[in-house]
Amino acid sequence: MNRRTMGKTLLGLAGAAAIALSVGTAAAQDKLKVGFVYVGPISDHGYSYQHDQGRLAVEKQLGDKVTTTYVENVPEGADAERVIEQLAASGHKLIFTTSFGFMNPTLKVAQRYPDVKFEHATGYKRAANVATYSARFYEGRTVIGAIVGKMTKSNVIGYIGSFPIPEVVSGINAFTIALREQNPKAEVRVVWVNSWYDPGKEAEAAKALIDQGADVIVQHTDSPAPVQTAQERGLWSVGQSSDMTRFGPKSHLTAIVDDWNGYYVDRVKAVLDGTWKSVDTWGGFKDKMLFLAPYNPAIPADVVALADTIKADIMSGKRHSFQGPVKDQSGKVVIPEGKTATDEQILKMDWYVEGVQGKVPK
Amino acid sequence: MSAEFALVGPILAAMFAAATPLLFAALGEAVTEKSGVLNLGVEGMMLMGAVCGFAITVKTGSAPLGLLIAAGAGAAMGALFGVLTLLLLANQVATGLALTLFGVGLSALVGQGFVGIPLEGLPKLHIPVLSDLPVVGQAVFGQDLLVYLGIAAVPLVHLFLYRTRAGLVLRAVGENHHAAHALGYKVIRIRFLAVMFGGAMSGLGGAFLSMDYTPMWAENITAGRGWIALALVVFATWKPVRVMLGAWLFGGVTIAQLHVQGFGIDIPSQILSMLPYLATVLVLVLISRDVARIRLNAPACLGKLFHPDS
Repeated sequence: MNRRTMGKTLLGLAGAAAIALSVGTAAAQDKLKVGFVYVGPISDHGYSYQHDQGRLAVEKQLGDKVTTTYVENVPEGADAERVIEQLAASGHKLIFTTSFGFMNPTLKVAQRYPDVKFEHATGYKRAANVATYSARFYEGRTVIGAIVGKMTKSNVIGYIGSFPIPEVVSGINAFTIALREQNPKAEVRVVWVNSWYDPGKEAEAAKALIDQGADVIVQHTDSPAPVQTAQERGLWSVGQSSDMTRFGPKSHLTAIVDDWNGYYVDRVKAVLDGTWKSVDTWGGFKDKMLFLAPYNPAIPADVVALADTIKADIMSGKRHSFQGPVKDQSGKVVIPEGKTATDEQILKMDWYVEGVQGKVPK
Repeated sequence: MSAEFALVGPILAAMFAAATPLLFAALGEAVTEKSGVLNLGVEGMMLMGAVCGFAITVKTGSAPLGLLIAAGAGAAMGALFGVLTLLLLANQVATGLALTLFGVGLSALVGQGFVGIPLEGLPKLHIPVLSDLPVVGQAVFGQDLLVYLGIAAVPLVHLFLYRTRAGLVLRAVGENHHAAHALGYKVIRIRFLAVMFGGAMSGLGGAFLSMDYTPMWAENITAGRGWIALALVVFATWKPVRVMLGAWLFGGVTIAQLHVQGFGIDIPSQILSMLPYLATVLVLVLISRDVARIRLNAPACLGKLFHPDS
């Protein structure tokens, strides 16, 4: 051992001693280990980023009782099972798997580790140690529908969809109902790009819709390209997944953003108290699982007030995004007067309401 | 009817822009393949060009420098491919696939600090009167500068390949490397340069996406366009003008299908998304259906390894 390595070793020992002192009596292994599995990079400033913000909130509030680990960029498939298994095997007692495609791998691993608790986002399969959670994104679409209804001049709204799945279709419908409540002449044109994240294609879709007369571009895809395009053309846009203001400060009206912070903190607390149960949580504005990015200062005060009222009414239960009578495109009443859509109706929605152009691709 | 007719101009304008990344990458790959090298790493080279061009432009504020570095990054990826396949005689198909995987990963790593940063796009051309002409004004006289550069590259590549001595030598190397070698031509050096040119063009194609088309960096921003460029080269039978027509057709159908959806015409969007591929393959196969001519155009030594002593 020469002097340099000896010096390093001594430093290392001193460091270890310092850590041991600072931890004090609460030894590291007493802390609850919580694992997070993300489908994308945490740098995506969108979906996975928001989940990681939730992890950081857990660290911040419960850092003395828990340690967290995350694995990003996990593909939905066989790899996911290996990653989840690794987390379970290395002593994590609560594991959040944050994408729909992790559903079956999560259940498989959960079977092998009955004493580990799992939480799967946006899925529908549960087990004694697997809970599910998601957000009522459509509530946000009701509020932006009202804002857009007031802001449009051409009465043509361009809507960029990712995939024609119920989550997106119910968003289009909630948006359109609120839009036409404010502005019965407005219509919604939908373009599907069959991708969650393809900036080039999303920009092309935005251009096509604008060329067809749309003066507001709404998106249910994750890249800021549509906002950029709308800004370039001097038109309005609504972002998705994160605050996209910086990509179009003059264009960006607001955006629908997921917020998992409160939920993650609550669930970790439940494990710490021993009150954790396998449940299905589907939260909206009220549960703080989604919020709207700051409104563009160019939105008139009365429109902001309207949006705030609608949001408050949704939170108090006075208003529902799908409040009867709701008619489909053929004019048939699907949700009768006095009724609201059931959760099942929303989760299986595969039809458009009046005011949307075209048909849902099947 | 007039509403639909008014859309012809915007559709044309969008078509030229959508075709540009494909055009750059496919032209570069055509030259590479004409020299007898099959480089399947186009996607990876585009991504490296996209991320490096974006990063340099953000850091220095100079778009020309960004483009230069993007071309350089693509060329460097090409050079890496050259070292592996031309000097170390690795299998070209496997190495090309590896280059794409490598490019996807490395670009994500390089780009980590650049996600979510906005950037101004490149300036658009605006000629008074001409750019405001109905229908063709915006399409022909109002594009981004890179769109014109891509189109200008087509005759240049064509003239180089078919009207210059260097182009003749390059094609000779691609047709029969042993004969070219026997005549005293430096087969490996020529191929190396061709691969680096292909890389530089791919890099520019990628940079068009990240610096101009959608000025932002996101992992995998090319979303498969490198593969489409590769297919275009083959279906266009390695001819630059046909490569351009194929790229325009692909871009045009891509834009047109979005308009069809916007109008609410009842065709499933999945079928519409497939249309650009279908139409491009169909048309290019039809115009190139003469088997003898395909054989004539296909470089005979494409993908074959060369060693001066064998």
